[in-house]
Amino acid sequence: MNHRSPDAPSDRAPRRRRRGGEQPMVPRAEFGSYYGKPILNPPVWAAADVGGYLFFGGLAGASAVIAAGARLTGRPRLARISATGAAGAGLVSFAALIHDLGRPDRFLNMLRVLKPTSPMSVGTWVLGPFVPLAGVAAASALTGRFRWLGSLAGTGAAVLGPAVSAYTGALIANTAVPAWHDAHRELPFVFTASSAAAAGGLGLFAPTAESAPARVLAVAGAGGELLAFERMRHRMGLTAEPYGSGRAGRLIKAGTALSVAGALGAVLGRRSRLASAASGAALLAASLCTRLGIFHGGVASAEDPKYTVVPQRERLRAAADDDS
Amino acid sequence: MTLFSHHPNDPAGSADPAGSVGSVGSADPAGAVGYGEHPPRMGFFTDTSVCIGCKACEVACKEWNAVPADALDLTGMSYDNTGGLGADNWRHVAFIEQRRPLGSARTGVSHDDVDVLALAEQGSGTPPEQAPMTPTSPPTDRPPQPDGRTELRWLMASDVCKHCTEAACLDVCPTGSLFRTEFGTVVVQEDICNGCGYCIPACPYGVIDQRKDDGRAWKCTMCYDRLGAGMEPACAKACPTDSIQYGPLDELRERADARLATLHDAGVDDARLYGRDPTDGVGGDGAFFLLLDEPETYGLPPDPIVTTRDLPSMWRRVGLAAGALAAAAVAAFVTTRRSR
Ligand code: SF4
Repeated sequence: MNHRSPDAPSDRAPRRRRRGGEQPMVPRAEFGSYYGKPILNPPVWAAADVGGYLFFGGLAGASAVIAAGARLTGRPRLARISATGAAGAGLVSFAALIHDLGRPDRFLNMLRVLKPTSPMSVGTWVLGPFVPLAGVAAASALTGRFRWLGSLAGTGAAVLGPAVSAYTGALIANTAVPAWHDAHRELPFVFTASSAAAAGGLGLFAPTAESAPARVLAVAGAGGELLAFERMRHRMGLTAEPYGSGRAGRLIKAGTALSVAGALGAVLGRRSRLASAASGAALLAASLCTRLGIFHGGVASAEDPKYTVVPQRERLRAAADDDS
Repeated sequence: MTLFSHHPNDPAGSADPAGSVGSVGSADPAGAVGYGEHPPRMGFFTDTSVCIGCKACEVACKEWNAVPADALDLTGMSYDNTGGLGADNWRHVAFIEQRRPLGSARTGVSHDDVDVLALAEQGSGTPPEQAPMTPTSPPTDRPPQPDGRTELRWLMASDVCKHCTEAACLDVCPTGSLFRTEFGTVVVQEDICNGCGYCIPACPYGVIDQRKDDGRAWKCTMCYDRLGAGMEPACAKACPTDSIQYGPLDELRERADARLATLHDAGVDDARLYGRDPTDGVGGDGAFFLLLDEPETYGLPPDPIVTTRDLPSMWRRVGLAAGALAAAAVAAFVTTRRSR
């Protein structure tokens, strides 16, 4: 880099301690900063609330789709599990959304406007009708009463479901957080695939006579999630680094291992309800780990000025090269 | 809907429907969101080359806006004990020490072998023969230059919300609490804010933040209440060197260009404007700066962008991903028969 940072700060920044020592194999990214302090204000969201929101919302959306399919194809027990999952997870994600507000009593202010520029606004308007629809569908599936109302509500929930699963990709990508925004191309796909794996995993708790479609979706989701995530990481370069270290790295690694184990178990254990349920549980845990990992990776990328400064410098240099 | 309409593709060339501002190079964010007759876009030009680091702006801001005190911490890194912008600091004066020509002292000096008691006896006056160095500074390894200078300079800069032409915080606010004023500035309506926190990671400058015990998001309002009464913001009023200048943005840009030319003529090659360019990643800042080093040295992002520019493409991908999920589910049911 052709610029220098203030002396005192750079002496302090741990990542630059090795200067003057042996030559590192890979040249270190030299960058200026203000005493190593972050440029961005990192998200104030609680990991349990918003990380959980990403997971439960995804699970709810994809479960509503499975529930509708199961009802249409005459798989009542799968339908019951998935419809209950959709309603329960939807309710949890909605509660997490409200709980994370600094002023939960003002939640209704979300409904003053509908802004396409704000994924949170759009998401609230999608999740708002989804939760009662999924609730009615689940109540009908569990009690066996008002079937026509249940199937109408269930169809409505299934139509909104994929949007509920996917929009959270735009929610976190539309921020200045480097590890989230740079992931904006793949994130919706990572999230819907992860949702399919989780909801498929939940469906694996149904008797094996009925769980075949959930199994297909679970395995496809797990595979799709791994592929989309790898592609994303590869394309992002530097800003994907936080996904490979610290708490985020551990969560992502655990998620990958659980995903592979769950998918294998779902295929190999397809004749045993117990093995299927265990695989389903692994897939649910995998999806939760991945979402939390992506959450923490984003926070870590916002807390280190490197991920803000270096890519922006690169962009400026590339633009300058284009001009000349 | 006109929701993307304040993102003109060509901010520099966007015409002002009300015809009240519209000079080349100035977008009209207030007109773009529907204000008819409205005052010209107002802004800050912070000329850091004359900042003396007195922090009068920080104090005046806190006083006028009743911003609560935050922890009385000593950061230990410099004379900056504010640290950065946040819910309780709407102006922040950065202090930077550098080994660069300007000034006449050195950083990183060891005072281990200085006898402070002897110095106290000597009093505060420095004997003329020791004039090139202060009593507490041992001789430098680098001799003073012919003009008596050594290699040190201090940079001071008062940072503030940029009141972006394309403001990410405002775009993502799901309640409409953040809004564009008739002056083209960006303000939080605290009676609406429900503390969702989305604006905080959305801001590419790390300006807006949540007040912990209150739950809501807070930031500089450019003293919206004072502007309405025809007064200048408290920080600009208090600044003793006119480092903080307030006025119609067009005028400030002209003034900044002239100041930059003066500094370049005087040989201050490091001087540059930051946030002045209406074609940058946020459509130009309503509060822009004259800096003497790279932006990141001051804790500013070198090339910020408003991520809402990518949102249409993100929505497309959300649609594709949702469609893929629905298609996969249909395929899963179509390809599997009920067994037994
Ligand atoms: S600097 Fe940040 S808080 Fe200020 S208007 Fe721009 S995006 Fe909003």
